[in-house]
Amino acid sequence: MSLVIHNLHARVVGGQEILRGLNLEIEKGRIHAIMGPNGSGKSTLSKIIAGHPDYEVTSGEVLLDGTSILPLSPDARARAGLFLAFQYPVEIPGVSNANFIRAARQARLAEGEELDAVDYYGELYKEMDTLEIPRTFTARSVNEGFSGGEKKRNEVLQMAMLKPSYAILDETDSGLDIDALKIVAAGVNAQRGANVGMLVITHYQRLLDYITPDVVHVLVGGRIVRTAGPELAHELESKGYDWIREDLAESASA
Amino acid sequence: MTDSLLQDAPASATLPEWFRSTKTAAASAFETLPMPTRRDEFWRFCNIKAFDPQDFTPARPVAREISAELVAASNGLKTSLGSFVFANDQLVARRAAPELAKAGVVWLPLSEALVSHSDLVARYFMQTDSVLGSAKFQALHGASVKEGSFLYVPKGVRLSAPLEAFHWLAGSGQAVFPHTIIVAEEDSSVTLVDWFKSAGEARNMACGVNDLHVGSGAEVRYVSVQEWCRQTVSLHTNATTVAKRGSSIHLGLHLGGAFSRSESLSRLTGAAARCDMLAATVADSAQEFDQRTLQDHRSPETYSDLLYKNTLYDQAKTTVSGLIRVEPHAHKSDAFQKVRNLILSPDAEANSLPGLEILADDVRCSHGATTGEIDAEELFYMQSRGIPARDAYRLITYGFLNEVLERFPCDTVRETLQETLRARLRSH
Repeated sequence: MSLVIHNLHARVVGGQEILRGLNLEIEKGRIHAIMGPNGSGKSTLSKIIAGHPDYEVTSGEVLLDGTSILPLSPDARARAGLFLAFQYPVEIPGVSNANFIRAARQARLAEGEELDAVDYYGELYKEMDTLEIPRTFTARSVNEGFSGGEKKRNEVLQMAMLKPSYAILDETDSGLDIDALKIVAAGVNAQRGANVGMLVITHYQRLLDYITPDVVHVLVGGRIVRTAGPELAHELESKGYDWIREDLAESASA
Repeated sequence: MTDSLLQDAPASATLPEWFRSTKTAAASAFETLPMPTRRDEFWRFCNIKAFDPQDFTPARPVAREISAELVAASNGLKTSLGSFVFANDQLVARRAAPELAKAGVVWLPLSEALVSHSDLVARYFMQTDSVLGSAKFQALHGASVKEGSFLYVPKGVRLSAPLEAFHWLAGSGQAVFPHTIIVAEEDSSVTLVDWFKSAGEARNMACGVNDLHVGSGAEVRYVSVQEWCRQTVSLHTNATTVAKRGSSIHLGLHLGGAFSRSESLSRLTGAAARCDMLAATVADSAQEFDQRTLQDHRSPETYSDLLYKNTLYDQAKTTVSGLIRVEPHAHKSDAFQKVRNLILSPDAEANSLPGLEILADDVRCSHGATTGEIDAEELFYMQSRGIPARDAYRLITYGFLNEVLERFPCDTVRETLQETLRARLRSH
């Protein structure tokens, strides 16, 4: 059981190629991290997998437990078990957080089946407590007026409520102070387990001190160029991304 | 000229003389005034030619079985201190909590108030002339009105829960003339919801008038929910007058009708008076909603804030014309106006006509109208949570309009309106 990305090529619709033959397999129960310099295609990778209409896949495959998700609409991919925690969560005025998450849960039920409101709120409150989100946030409009940390906590709350089989966390550490980072990481770690595979996308190693990955990849120029254990993150932290680039240039000219 | 619309039974002799002569004067005004045309400033963009008031006759009373059904179908607020149910301008059910009478509140059908509180009604009945184009229809209303709600709240009385009235329209080719008067004396507080509903699908006409009189320091919250059937022509004029430090909130939820025109005038006559004018409209198929407003600042330090939002599907059309006027002596006044249109179809048409007439120097004033489509990033965000596009559209649209409802401070009313809005959007 895994999310397999095989030789993926993708570009901005009618524009520049961003992924150039990317290969990656995220097994259920494991956490993979992708690190890379700005502009390497990290964030775009997450949007492409989730089906953002601004991008098109030109070749390659994305298989969720053996089934291609590329023909599916973004909502069908999500219902198939994919989750994307956004780097910049979107504000939706006038729609309460509780109703939003409820609609997402309702979308996973069979036609005619109704969500049990009491159970739903019980579960929602429990997860909110874990993430130290005040109860007042159920009635507030989705992400509207939330601080950076509150938005990221809200992403992790949605992940907890939707229980994906594969979750991509896009720069979940950006814009967080250390206290917020600890709360968010604790929320992610609480969901870690045999039933979910995670892909953590980050620019900095800092997040990986709190969410320890099993595997670390480096993405440069739309391809995975290095794969190793957690120690790779520390190496990048001390040496910077130039070291990888120089290394690549050397092996290319050799 | 024979005028079938005005060939009504003569006003009952028990009604006060002033009322009968008012009706007679209004009838001749209706006949004299010209039918508006699109060339008139206040009827620009309007399909006024689409209907002729002479196609309708005053509504006949409904049969008892039908009125019983309508009473049973009058499900509005979860809690209220009182309610009226009118069917074709006839009272068919009423309820009033004992605390109303105990506090000296007058909550009567207009026909009764005219007899028992003639002088009081005379002081407030149609005291504000139409200034937004509907003089002819206001005259028609004055000539034809026979029923409605009269609500008088004495000084200092703050009602703990809202009141509501249902105005049903049944039959075909019928015209109703719903009327609502709220008088809130000094430092009183009251909330009233009017529901306008049809008993079936048929071409009918509604020509209504509301008059809200907000005393010094008083608070009036008024909601009108327009749920006429899709063939009804509706013309409604509202006039709100706010005295010193008084505040009014007027919320319109416009959902039904074929052609629906609403005019809303807020006159801030006392210093530091405030009014909030709110409207949320769902327009689909070939529905047309035409809204004209005037925020009339007549005293210093007055405050008005208008937020009108329209969502348009199919070939629907909306027009919002909003005027702000600040009199020369109304210094330190704030006047805001925001119109937002959400277009969900390439064939829909949204017109916004803002206007300013600022005669005082020291004022804060802003107005703006925007028209846009569903934000692609909002849609993707919702879809990425598993919500199908159609549901996401509906939810975003609901949120867009719900921002207007959120401004209404009374929880029980707001929750009922949110439920009504959700039900209206269910087919989209």
